[in-house]
Amino acid sequence: MSKEEKKVNRRDFLFTASYTVGAVGVGAVIWPMIDQMNPDKAQQALATTEVDISNIEPGKSITVLWRGKPVFLKRRTPEEIAEARAVNMDDLPDPQMDEERVKEGKDEWLVMLGVCTHLGCVPLKDKGDFNGWFCPCHGSHYDVSGRIRKGPAPTNMEIPKFEFVDSNTIKIG
Amino acid sequence: MSEKEYTPKSKAGKWLNDRLPLLTLGAHLTDYPTPKNLNYWWTFGGILTFCLITQIVTGIVLAMHYVAHADLAFASVEHIMRDVNYGWLIRYIHSNGASMFFLAVYIHIFRSLFYGSYKSPREVIWIIGLMIYLLMMAAAFMGYVLPWGQMSFWGATVITNLFSAIPLVGDSITTWLWGAYSVDNPTLNRFFSLHYLIPFLILGLVVLHIWALHVPGNNNPVGIDIKKPSKDTVPFHPYITIKDAFALLVFMIIFAGFVFFTPNVLGHSDNYIPANPLVTPAHIVPEWYLLPFYAILRSVPDKLGGVILMFSAIFILFVLPWLDTSKVRSAVFRPIYRQFFWILVIDVLILGYVGAMPAEGVYLVLARVGTIYYFLHFIVVMPVVGYLEKTDPIPMSISEPVLSGGAEPSIARKVNEKV
Repeated sequence: MSKEEKKVNRRDFLFTASYTVGAVGVGAVIWPMIDQMNPDKAQQALATTEVDISNIEPGKSITVLWRGKPVFLKRRTPEEIAEARAVNMDDLPDPQMDEERVKEGKDEWLVMLGVCTHLGCVPLKDKGDFNGWFCPCHGSHYDVSGRIRKGPAPTNMEIPKFEFVDSNTIKIG
Repeated sequence: MSEKEYTPKSKAGKWLNDRLPLLTLGAHLTDYPTPKNLNYWWTFGGILTFCLITQIVTGIVLAMHYVAHADLAFASVEHIMRDVNYGWLIRYIHSNGASMFFLAVYIHIFRSLFYGSYKSPREVIWIIGLMIYLLMMAAAFMGYVLPWGQMSFWGATVITNLFSAIPLVGDSITTWLWGAYSVDNPTLNRFFSLHYLIPFLILGLVVLHIWALHVPGNNNPVGIDIKKPSKDTVPFHPYITIKDAFALLVFMIIFAGFVFFTPNVLGHSDNYIPANPLVTPAHIVPEWYLLPFYAILRSVPDKLGGVILMFSAIFILFVLPWLDTSKVRSAVFRPIYRQFFWILVIDVLILGYVGAMPAEGVYLVLARVGTIYYFLHFIVVMPVVGYLEKTDPIPMSISEPVLSGGAEPSIARKVNEKV
């Protein structure tokens, strides 16, 4: 009886060991099949874009394409900056100071992903209830700092990584 | 399955059948005992098979001329429309075919809801059917992206962004789906690959769907269990095949009407503008067959909540056989449920309508009421009505109401008397 039990245990061990090795093998094959769908080297190579900003007048903005997504570069007027900073934090669904969204000393330059954080549409400029952007897809309103104020979008429009290469050039990414 | 043993007549047939019983299968499908009272709502299984084959055949032809590249896709579709011999016809059949496919599948699903075809012992047929429906939606969505017009691009953007609502891993999943940092060439390429794959997955599930159907046999308008074969059944061929063929002809007339007279009426003119990642069209609307779910998505003022509710609206159907507590299948004998059934039909139509309208004002209110009712129907109405409803007497067999001019109380049994 005890001898038989021992035999069964030995077989159990072999089964478990085989299944484990098999599972590791299957996993090792599946991972490349999944990861091949992630952005490839060519896509990653597009990770930075340099933009000449010397021609943008105060109050105007341009849109450039970075990683296939639009980026808004807006040169804000002092009034617009003042308006963005006067907002009460309690009125914001995703509270964030305007100062946190721009580079210090370059407060007039708002550089942000022109992508609605709801479902990815491109908001229209100078529209909406808050003097900023309005997304036509599902009605999200953003303020002059690109912060969400009203509508289904959960967060403020994203600020990408960027730096001033010189006073006339911004490098995004 | 209770047919008598089949033996092929010819020697060659017997030789083959001993090695692979294809002829037995053929005989089973021919003789398959079918309830003799099936009405025209039962012809949509055959119509759907026709739709699937039409989409596969026209799709294979289109793939011979289409180029799945962001720079070339739009031009290659125009090339199909203008240069390829009969390209316009094949493409219009394929694009309208998708709509006809959904029209048929919705009738098929609502037929099942009315006559209780999803109930025991047919739950597995129902669940496989829903899996087919999900795959159909995936195939239709990806197919709509392939022409790489404005609606293609922004539809793809909005739908893939639904996954970004998932906490923590949402953005990684979206990037993974795209193969880029936005909807781009890699996205188009993989959607084409998957769009080509899915119909064959559907075909496999259709085989399982029919196999699962042939175990208990067809439900019928009276919704009672019948003996097979008996005086309540007829052989599938020629009785059902000829009825299916007639219905299919009528269906094809409507289909041809769209293809030849209004081939673009179900599409959006914005999709004849090449995709532009910098400009979103003013009104992003999905194809008509997805509108009710789109209305549910937009009725919730919260991103994650909207996405969850939209997917729940589909997945709740999977547990429907267990939400319905009534023992009586057919709504013909369920006076209360029958009314709620029609309210649900109207509710879904309203959701479809407001899904096409801007999400504001009265439309938003309607969408919210419609959404709430949609879920109430399945979560509350179905279990409660099934429990409380006093059903009409149901006949002992199909022959009775037909041959004796209606179910008389004396020969009818009452099923729903509480124990």
